[in-house]
Amino acid sequence: MASPMKIRAQLKGDIAEIKILMAHPMETGQRKDPKTNQFFPAHFIQHFSVELGGKVVVQSQVGASVSTNPVFGFKVKGAKAGDKVVVKWQDNKGESRTDEAAVA
Amino acid sequence: MKQALAVSGMEALVALALIISPCLAVAQTANKSATKDVAKDVTKTAKKAAKPASANKVVADQAEEKDEVTKDFEKFRAVMEDSNPAELFEVQGEEFWKIKRGPNNVALAETCDLGLGVGVVKGAYVQMPRYFTDADKVMDAERRIVWCMVNKQGFKEADIAKKPFANEGYTPEATSLVTYVAAESRGMPFAVPMTEPHVQDIYELGKEVSNYRAGPYDFSCNTCHGSDGKRIRMQNLPNIASKKGATVAVMGWPGYRLTGNRMLTHQWRMNDCFRQQRFPEPKYLSDTVTSLLTYMTANANGAIYRGPGIKR
Amino acid sequence: MNILRRSVLKGASASGVLAAALAAGLLKPTQVLAADWNKAAFESKEAAGAMKAMGADAAVASKDILVKAPDIAENGAVVPVDVVSNIPNTVSLMVFVDKNPFPLSVAFDFANGAVADVSMRLKMGNTSDVRVVAKTADGKLFVATKEVKVTAGGCGG
Repeated sequence: MASPMKIRAQLKGDIAEIKILMAHPMETGQRKDPKTNQFFPAHFIQHFSVELGGKVVVQSQVGASVSTNPVFGFKVKGAKAGDKVVVKWQDNKGESRTDEAAVA
Repeated sequence: MKQALAVSGMEALVALALIISPCLAVAQTANKSATKDVAKDVTKTAKKAAKPASANKVVADQAEEKDEVTKDFEKFRAVMEDSNPAELFEVQGEEFWKIKRGPNNVALAETCDLGLGVGVVKGAYVQMPRYFTDADKVMDAERRIVWCMVNKQGFKEADIAKKPFANEGYTPEATSLVTYVAAESRGMPFAVPMTEPHVQDIYELGKEVSNYRAGPYDFSCNTCHGSDGKRIRMQNLPNIASKKGATVAVMGWPGYRLTGNRMLTHQWRMNDCFRQQRFPEPKYLSDTVTSLLTYMTANANGAIYRGPGIKR
Repeated sequence: MNILRRSVLKGASASGVLAAALAAGLLKPTQVLAADWNKAAFESKEAAGAMKAMGADAAVASKDILVKAPDIAENGAVVPVDVVSNIPNTVSLMVFVDKNPFPLSVAFDFANGAVADVSMRLKMGNTSDVRVVAKTADGKLFVATKEVKVTAGGCGG
């Protein structure tokens, strides 16, 4: 079950500084469960996109070596207060999550 | 390895161990007379011993190296604090607070009084522990939240107590709730209501508990946390009797621990201290733990709370 | 938890539409995001292979890519890495950790005002170079590296 993201978008001049925290285990598939001696199955975000004011500004491909509960920061020019930031991610199991925030 | 650590083992800066090799070299230079009172891992600060640096250049070099590494670590800790995954649990906790849940299908936001009136969250965390007439108990934030989950929403306390603290891939709802409530006191001064007689009583109990020696090591909390200038390996041990030390001890809880990616509460920290002292662990939400939290938090009264923290 | 999730989705109309489209079978999950996941690159076990699979093997060293990361990582599970490319018209950044089991960590494509200035946190199994490739709008490739020491184990636990 995907938990909500936390998105912050702050305007500095005409640049939006966007910080995104995603709740995800980012399991590499290379770690053994000490109890069962089996590998935890890989489970990680593979894609995400960031939209600002209705336009895609960042597209990303992600591997399992991004840290658990990923954190990303971006800067986008030409932003203004109130612009909507929409972030979508999708993982290798097909789970996805979309959250949004406004530039403040 | 955890078992071999006497104090605050989880906090030990493992990464430093290899850089400053052997890792105990600095600690071993500490005032040996201090080790009689306290366990062998708990030593006076190396400052004094490091003074005759000319007589022991190796130690001095190590100390310098430590400083640079520490600076680098601190720089990146600040980066980490800027985007603390604890915020994810704040968001989750806020949802748990606001939506109707439990057998009674009510929201905590419309039923739970954290001391400032039903549903008021802003500033509640820094004014707890406090006395609640409805429960006739002094309660810290976590205890109060669970009380509300049980008495207002109808959850079973025994169920909550089965897995009270976060484990890999698992975060109790109460932990997320505590994180949310704590975050809503960010930037506010600790203000445990010490004029209230019940709070005064449990504060005194906390003081006694902190001084209670037992277990195979004959440890008390104060063995490590009762006077200034002590540390274990590279970690300073705050003196919880002082405002400065108590502030260090309460700041940053609840905290997101990078090792294991767990969101942990101050209740967890207290239980883990008991474990590290080789005491039996207190049962979840005990008066003992609340008394210690009252003692420490009240000693930090006036200090500004920075919100949920991030831990190595 | 279902109630929770629904209440969240309700608040976000865009995701509601998306969910409806998914439910109606209008979109396959892989179509939700345009960029494909470069399986060959992400599953390559050495940096050179991963770079090749990303079409980034001909990159030229550049001082205009700044890779900011700690000299010594306090915790290899969470290494903060900031990357800025001062090369004009940088449209993509790719981040590799040479000594990781799968070196390619993450790749970004920028558009519509997004600048090549990103921060992230990566897992690092060993001391390694963090290698960043920048690609410009006209397809030129540049690379810069930064070594991060990762220490694990030792006397604590």
